[in-house]
Amino acid sequence: MLINQFLLLGAALFCIGVYGVIARKNAVMVLMSIELILNAVNLNLLAFALRNGSPDGHVFALYVIAIAAAEVGVGLGLVLLIFRNKRTIALDELSEMKG
Amino acid sequence: MLAEALVAQNIAFGIIAAVMIVGAFRVVTSDNVVHAALWLVCVLAGAAAQYLLVYAEFVAITQILVYVGAVMVLFLFGVMLTRARIGSESNLNNKNWALGIPVALALFAAMAIALVGGFKDEYLPGPSKAIRIDTQSISDAIFKPYLLPFWALSFVLLVAVIGAIVLARKD
Repeated sequence: MLINQFLLLGAALFCIGVYGVIARKNAVMVLMSIELILNAVNLNLLAFALRNGSPDGHVFALYVIAIAAAEVGVGLGLVLLIFRNKRTIALDELSEMKG
Repeated sequence: MLAEALVAQNIAFGIIAAVMIVGAFRVVTSDNVVHAALWLVCVLAGAAAQYLLVYAEFVAITQILVYVGAVMVLFLFGVMLTRARIGSESNLNNKNWALGIPVALALFAAMAIALVGGFKDEYLPGPSKAIRIDTQSISDAIFKPYLLPFWALSFVLLVAVIGAIVLARKD
């Protein structure tokens, strides 16, 4: 297997995730797109771990998974709080901090 | 460098990669939040299968447990708690959503040029030459050189748990 197979798949997933972050209005959908981005990074880390024969990539992939879980927990807590206060989670309607 | 043929692995990679790309497209284009979450399950399970192809069994199992098991349940709860009705919705995209297409394409072009130019046709080591990373060596790496990040990560998880409770509490 070529190493570029995995790296290009990771790049494609990353770009689709970036598109989702830019295009989506619903905050939960933006969080899903961020999960896509994190998975693309994990794919690259594990492909390089196999290439270099070292466990470092596995360790960092596990750390990324743990950080992603924490991020989703806090992110959804924030989304629920915003929904409770404003009855909407459309990101373009949250403009209180705009000067 | 003469590489092993690995026909079965390449076919498996192609099928799983196609499923992942289609699933990722549906995640960012679907007009139904629940469908998007279920397509995300496809992508995450496909990623776990790809991890098996690069001999990362422990990470693949962790991926299934954490993402498909826990994170997806959180997402479905989030969808359920923030939306009055389950169904398709017309205004899930921003006004200027089309701006995302050129940005994503330019990003992919830049990365593809760099990767194809940098790694050309370098092969991953096949089953006979690959250094297998077993769970023991992963734990050795976590608890010896990467102990400090592990502690920091534990602290981050603790903060996330407390923060989520504080945010979600009604008072």
